[in-house]
Amino acid sequence: MDIPPIESGAGMKIAVCAKVVPEQARRIDPETKRLDRSGEQTLNPFDANAVEEALRLKGDDAGAEVVLVSLGPERSLDALRKALAMGADRVVLVADEAAAGADLILFGQQANDSDGAVMWAAVADRLRRPLISQVAELTVSDGTLRGKRQTEFGYDVIEAPLPVAVAVSDAINEPRYPSLKGIMGAKKKPQQTLSLSDLGVDADRAGEAGSRTEVYAIGEPPPRGETQRIDDDGTGAEKIVEFLLERKAL
Amino acid sequence: MSTLVFLEHHEGELQKDSLGVLGKAAQLGDDVSALIAGSGVEGLAAQAARFGASKVYLADDPALAAPLPQPRVDVAADLIRRHGFDTVLFGATVLTADVAAGLAARLDAGLNWDLVELTQENGKLVGKRPALDDTVYVDVGWKSEPRLALIRTGTFEPVESGGEAGVEQVDVQLQDFSTLATMVEQAHEESEGPSIEEADVIVAGGRGLGGPENFALIEELAKALGGAVAATRAVVDAGWYPYSAQVGQTGKTVTPRLYIAVGISGAIQHKVGMQGSSVIVAINKDPNAPIFEYADLGVVGDLHQIVPKLTELVNAKNAAHFPRG
Repeated sequence: MDIPPIESGAGMKIAVCAKVVPEQARRIDPETKRLDRSGEQTLNPFDANAVEEALRLKGDDAGAEVVLVSLGPERSLDALRKALAMGADRVVLVADEAAAGADLILFGQQANDSDGAVMWAAVADRLRRPLISQVAELTVSDGTLRGKRQTEFGYDVIEAPLPVAVAVSDAINEPRYPSLKGIMGAKKKPQQTLSLSDLGVDADRAGEAGSRTEVYAIGEPPPRGETQRIDDDGTGAEKIVEFLLERKAL
Repeated sequence: MSTLVFLEHHEGELQKDSLGVLGKAAQLGDDVSALIAGSGVEGLAAQAARFGASKVYLADDPALAAPLPQPRVDVAADLIRRHGFDTVLFGATVLTADVAAGLAARLDAGLNWDLVELTQENGKLVGKRPALDDTVYVDVGWKSEPRLALIRTGTFEPVESGGEAGVEQVDVQLQDFSTLATMVEQAHEESEGPSIEEADVIVAGGRGLGGPENFALIEELAKALGGAVAATRAVVDAGWYPYSAQVGQTGKTVTPRLYIAVGISGAIQHKVGMQGSSVIVAINKDPNAPIFEYADLGVVGDLHQIVPKLTELVNAKNAAHFPRG
């Protein structure tokens, strides 16, 4: 995919809304019916695409700023530092209000723990910003962002003036690996933590207490029938035909 | 229960998933209303009635011509507030996911996504949601109204009940920020043969094909079976096959009677798009490919040997069934 040059994104302030997710061994705690977040944490891999796109847009413009905005406990900072090591400028941990002053609010295409793909539309509505989702190619020119995206029916090209909320697809780029220098430097970059009360948000409006949905039970997936595997000895095609006839699939 | 179903349409047709959700809602509740938002969409109301809507609200306005979410949030929010719907359902697509999420923020409502079942248990609406790569199925609910839900593609089949519906035009009043995003270009690829979402038989190709030219093998087998051709994200990204054929997490979800996966390793991102298929056959040279964990029949071998032979056998069978002359 050709990436056209940015004509005038100068001095842009870009907020990347990121989630910190469990690194591996994802399991649901049967007691709380919530995802076990006690192990190692990592930056949501889909958000790395949003960070990468923000860094690409910033380029070497010293006046531009890439701010990572996230919500989570204090220890989330460890995982968010990966984005700083990639080259983001600073982290603000807590709420989307912190993104209100940004020209561009970027999201990854989904959270890989809950498979949610809903935040950007909600944030865009609350901030009263135009929205473009699933963007696989983006350019900024003269204060207008143009995004190309995939839908079920083909490709859309959508334009919106800054400030705008954009969710990028993971096809948009290949996120860079942080360099050793980046990793060392990440610790020194500004990392601000705000509490709910700093933002004037009531505790019962956030977290599980503030959630409008709930989990009743955790169950097993429906079983699939038996699977069989054969090695092709030259009669593989015949065996497939036999199998399909047997299953009345032919 | 008073339910509103948001109906998506494309090129003058209501979408199958939208109609499936409508049918499910009609089965669960008493009166089901439908919202159709677009420009020149009056003709779609009768189709909504036939598939289970007892009332159709039409938001018909040139400002709604492009399939963009934010103006639809405005229209739906007004309608929901005015009529006090307690449940609002969507068949999940790129468009409706953004509409539902915007509505959740606007109405301060709970949204459950990726549901594969909806039931009433003791008067309570319960949704079933696969989680953690479909390894667990979670029963979810809502603590407040309206309850918003996105239903996974291909979950409910439309049921034609042949009813009639009252039709009401609704006022279209849009927020200033909702019209800032504009559609400047839409390129809709016309794929040959049946679309993969409607197809009864799908033959899908992955990176194991080795190159775009080898999709000819897939196309020939699909043709012999009267099926459609699908592709994985990897080969679509590599430019071997058009996006309209992409199956998986970021592509389409398909549920054919028969799915033949050729040269596809079958990572979870692909699995979620095709695991609803009735019969799955996989051909792959790597015996450790994840697809063998869930294929009904897995054949470990060289696709270049097996696929042409299979096409030949199927063609011979067809000729036997439909003799010429």
